[in-house]
Amino acid sequence: MTAAGILYILVYFVVLFAITKPLGLFMAHVFEGERTFLHPLLRPLERLIYRLAGIHEGAEQRWTQYTASVLAFSLVSFLFVYVIQRLQGFLPLNPMGFSTHHAPANATPMTPDLAFNTAISFMTNTNWQAYGGETTLSYFVQMTALTVQNFVSAAAGIAVAIALIRGFARKQAKSIGNFWVDLTRATLYVLLPLCFVFALFLCARGVPQTLKAYVQAHTLQGPTQTIAVGPVASQEAIKMLGTNGGGFFNTNSAHPFENPTPDTNFFEMLAILAISSGLTYTFGNMVGDTRQGWALFAAMLIMAVAGAFICYRAEAGGNPILAKLGVETTATRNQPGGNMEGKEVRFGIASSALWATATTDASNGSVNSMHDSYTPIGGLVPMFNLQTDEVIFGGVGSGLYGMLLYAIVGVFIAGLMVGRTPEYLGKKIQQKEVKMAMVAVIATAFSILAFTGISSVARFKKNGYWNPPGAATANLANSGPHGFSEILYTYTSQTEDNGSAFAGIDVNTPWYNLTGSLAMLLGRFLFIIPSLAIAGALAEKKKVPVTSGTLPTHGALFVGLLIATVIVVGALTFFPALALGPIVEYYLMHSGKLFASLMRSAAA
Amino acid sequence: MRYLGPAFRMMLLMTFLTGFVYPGVVTALCQIFFPRQANGSLVKWDGHVVGSGLIGQNFTGLQYFHARPSAAGNGYDASNSGASNYGPTNQHLIDRAKASIAQFRKENPDYHGPIPADLVTASASGLDPDISPASALAQASRVATARGVSVGQIRELVDENTKGRILGFLGEPRVNVLLLNLDLDRRFDRHQ
Repeated sequence: MTAAGILYILVYFVVLFAITKPLGLFMAHVFEGERTFLHPLLRPLERLIYRLAGIHEGAEQRWTQYTASVLAFSLVSFLFVYVIQRLQGFLPLNPMGFSTHHAPANATPMTPDLAFNTAISFMTNTNWQAYGGETTLSYFVQMTALTVQNFVSAAAGIAVAIALIRGFARKQAKSIGNFWVDLTRATLYVLLPLCFVFALFLCARGVPQTLKAYVQAHTLQGPTQTIAVGPVASQEAIKMLGTNGGGFFNTNSAHPFENPTPDTNFFEMLAILAISSGLTYTFGNMVGDTRQGWALFAAMLIMAVAGAFICYRAEAGGNPILAKLGVETTATRNQPGGNMEGKEVRFGIASSALWATATTDASNGSVNSMHDSYTPIGGLVPMFNLQTDEVIFGGVGSGLYGMLLYAIVGVFIAGLMVGRTPEYLGKKIQQKEVKMAMVAVIATAFSILAFTGISSVARFKKNGYWNPPGAATANLANSGPHGFSEILYTYTSQTEDNGSAFAGIDVNTPWYNLTGSLAMLLGRFLFIIPSLAIAGALAEKKKVPVTSGTLPTHGALFVGLLIATVIVVGALTFFPALALGPIVEYYLMHSGKLFASLMRSAAA
Repeated sequence: MRYLGPAFRMMLLMTFLTGFVYPGVVTALCQIFFPRQANGSLVKWDGHVVGSGLIGQNFTGLQYFHARPSAAGNGYDASNSGASNYGPTNQHLIDRAKASIAQFRKENPDYHGPIPADLVTASASGLDPDISPASALAQASRVATARGVSVGQIRELVDENTKGRILGFLGEPRVNVLLLNLDLDRRFDRHQ
């Protein structure tokens, strides 16, 4: 670890803290329907959208209606993305001719199961990449299918979080807001303006933004190099801010055209957690006690900082097997040292490890280094972050409603210990709320562990339809415990709607595409529906007055309780699986044990 | 179902706004204000495009500085970015590193120090344009011999091409291999 690296991580969290209040306050104003500095410009457009879509701005929805709107919108989103992808060969803005006879030799065909997986992936804000962008998708698909979903799936996540906040804030109310209005406001006032500025900054620093075909270069030593370009900056901005994470290119934010410099790296990484962090303040503001928001922020921050330093330390330590061969794995003044396999020189160890931590704290899933090549403990941190259900800041919206579910479980456990009906923010937490929160937590664990278990043993006919390589473990790039980690990470990432990968595994087969899609749907909607049900139930309740027996939920005690709940629920559920993967690998690596390579794969 | 109507209309409007208007306006503004960056930061030499200043390319000649191992396509394929995805205990990782180390030692007999980690590991994108200053300096003697110039002149050129950390802590010190090699060709005789 270097002083510059440690400073980098600390500055990052200080800046994140500094933007939390202004951004959070702005979002509170937007969702309460108050006037902001953007209203003169955007209010007429907002009204026009309601008129064209036939929506009554003032009409409030019960939780069931709100949920039905989310589900209907998600279904339509899925259909749009699926159809646009399947038709890309007939659509414009396809200079490389994907899905036509002129497609480049290295192009990946857009099969029905790949289109299905990608459509589910973007609709659920996962952005799992079973595809390699520059070898599969036309500019038209990147813009009108993927960029659009980056916006609206993020906006839908924010909307659900706002609805749950209203559940806490309102008293004896039947309704929790209007999904269409929340969706429109999140897109129009929050995401679009931020992305617009951010995209211009990224382009100024080197991210391409063009509709022209790939460039042919005659390299200095002779051979031709085909350089993929495209409308990258506009997608990159929302990919980061909306915690989407699906790259324009195969290697995502490690690609120099997505992330060309250390400063773009810093701001892209800040964008990962910015809105989720801001929403903790929005929460505090809307429930009328900002200390409640800061308590959630504190719990998230403590876990994020701890994860970042554990990961950084492991990666800076490097690979002992390489060190024995005479490779310098200690940082010096003019080389980064550490475990540089799958990392870029301009980022080095600290900002790669911090990114890996931040992207899995959130449901972002973008990468600026390859998690598959991380040291065992370095790779354990992102996997553990995902398995906490991504509540350490988390996805835009989903992080907050996930953390609020944990808060409900936490106060319930505390209530059991003292034999008192638990309360949170003046609302009695009763059977229904706890049941709903537990449905969400158990469903994700079930999805991760069941699919990982099945894929570890499933056998298919070689060259058959379901999985051409044969057994589901034949798709791995690494054998031994690291191979198991690849499968575990695959289903963890998709269930948690993250989208990052231990990318050596070849997941573009019907088996992985379809089971992965199912995992993404379970992870998204078995969190959203219980959250909205809780919102509806809470909104109807009265506020109970604070007494001397009330557990204060804004102090250090509650922060500790919340962290313990997240870690205990995560650790107890996944410890056996983690022991079989990264933990056993750690000991084997230090004893110098090597495992045969299974196949050479380059998907991200 | 009465929710599908608004969903469909909303999706159309959002597609128009965030799928056409937003990327369209950004494209127009970027092409006007940042045309070089927007088109891929292309580098020209002798009137034709030799690459992008942000994208690495393969160098094998002794008179050029070499970049990192690449897993993009068959090596530095900028239409097919990719990483090795080798885990730390993968036999291939160690075999590849051994081969890289042996070749490096053979090509740079004057260098006796430890091998910088970045020089024998594949980058995340397979297109890493940079190497660490240590990796460049380790090759200086070879390049000087191949070009028939002094090591001091080559090291000076490496120093000129070295970028430090922004504000002292952002990123890592690095040298862009393509730009460094272009400078070599500009400054010194291209052939051995």
